[in-house]
Amino acid sequence: MTSSSWPRWRRPCHKNCVDETLSFEPKIIAFLCTWCSYAGADLAGISRLQYPPSIRIIKVPCSGRISANLILDAIRSGADGVLVSGCHPGDCHYQSGNYHARRRFVLLKNLLEFVGLESDRLHFTWISASEGEQFAAVVREVTDRVRGLGPATRFVKHLPDGSGK
Amino acid sequence: MSQLNETITRALRERAGDLLAAGTVDAFVGFTTGTVPMVMRPLVARTPEEARQFVWNSFCVLNPANFLPELVQTLSGEGQVRVGVVATGCWSRNMVVQIQENRLRREQIHIVGIASRGMVLPRRVRALFAGREITRVEEKEHELVVSGPGFSETVSRWSVVRDNCRTCSHPNPVLFDEMLTSHSTRNPVADRFDQIEEIERMTPEERYQWFQGEVATCIRCYACRNACPLCYCPTCFVDESRPQWVGKSLDPVDVSLFHILRAYHCAGRCTDCGACEAACPMGIRMRLFTRKLEKDVLALFGTEAGMDPGQPQPLATYGLDDPQDFMLRG
Repeated sequence: MTSSSWPRWRRPCHKNCVDETLSFEPKIIAFLCTWCSYAGADLAGISRLQYPPSIRIIKVPCSGRISANLILDAIRSGADGVLVSGCHPGDCHYQSGNYHARRRFVLLKNLLEFVGLESDRLHFTWISASEGEQFAAVVREVTDRVRGLGPATRFVKHLPDGSGK
Repeated sequence: MSQLNETITRALRERAGDLLAAGTVDAFVGFTTGTVPMVMRPLVARTPEEARQFVWNSFCVLNPANFLPELVQTLSGEGQVRVGVVATGCWSRNMVVQIQENRLRREQIHIVGIASRGMVLPRRVRALFAGREITRVEEKEHELVVSGPGFSETVSRWSVVRDNCRTCSHPNPVLFDEMLTSHSTRNPVADRFDQIEEIERMTPEERYQWFQGEVATCIRCYACRNACPLCYCPTCFVDESRPQWVGKSLDPVDVSLFHILRAYHCAGRCTDCGACEAACPMGIRMRLFTRKLEKDVLALFGTEAGMDPGQPQPLATYGLDDPQDFMLRG
């Protein structure tokens, strides 16, 4: 696949880059719970911490709100990676949302790997509102891992004209 | 008919008739012969006379738990009802799931239990006689006598039994009011997740290719969903259009997502009754996906679906120390 056949938003970031794998800037959809992880991302921003511009944050009320539909829709729409983050166990604003989410996520991750999705495309983590540093570190790590895999191909829906969804 | 099936059929007709006559139940759900060989038809008997049509054999593959709550609801228009129903191990577990999910109340059903010997997959029999028309199949003790124009052959019953019945761990009903047969003493298979482990050992690329090949023939008829006693959402995710989670076309990605989500919705609830595979016109082995979840639920949370109506389902509860090795450390 040459860079010109990729949808415009997935083409390599630098026009003059020679090595496409190095220049590949993945698109990662991050579902962050509004009470902890989103505030953690906010803190990373306020603290001027550097992390890759690869993530697109979607704020959700709770990690327990995230259904498999949302994650699969992101993958189908061409996200190279998905990150889901909620409050640490015991810290959930709704008492048990993250505990329920933990059970669902482990089954979903195992099932998606079972049907052939690369394990590094999907990540789950807990980030609290005071962990700006950790948030930046997680984004760096996820971006590195997804970059290592290259652009997503599996379970990505292409329309007949060759474009993304 | 085999001796055993004849005994069960006779006992079933008698018990159902008695229960209906005594007014213990208002209706009784069982099976009767259909118009095509090897295809049984569900029958709801309202009178002892109708109950005389009940038949029991190895072709009762439809899961009566599927339509039981709706039947109870329909009949409830006439006041308090109690519906009798035959149940094997997996069906009774599905009824437990229905009770856990408040679809049924325990007192609304009267379960007449039958220890399962394993049901036959008609597709397997037809495959053995490809190109020949089967007009009659008679079940003997351990073999089936298959006949049609100009032929009559015997096949071993166990060779055409469904995969889920071969690895069955609960042939006996877990919830019942009375038993028609003695409890099965069949030993559970030790390697019940063999097929799943074999797939898990493949590389991601191989697994992807395997999965794509497995669902490639899907025609999106949703027979698997309709036959499943777990699938009762008023609006299924495949029918939702705002947002549309899964496209309606035969695009391989849409087909994949349909099968992934259908299986995922059964996590912690599926009893491996095999109704989906039995209903599939294309022979897709979608049980492999639900079994992967069944295996994980057992390994991670230590529970099996539909074993105890008093317990919450694995995904409706949580443990403080649930496994989280799969998570990234921040």
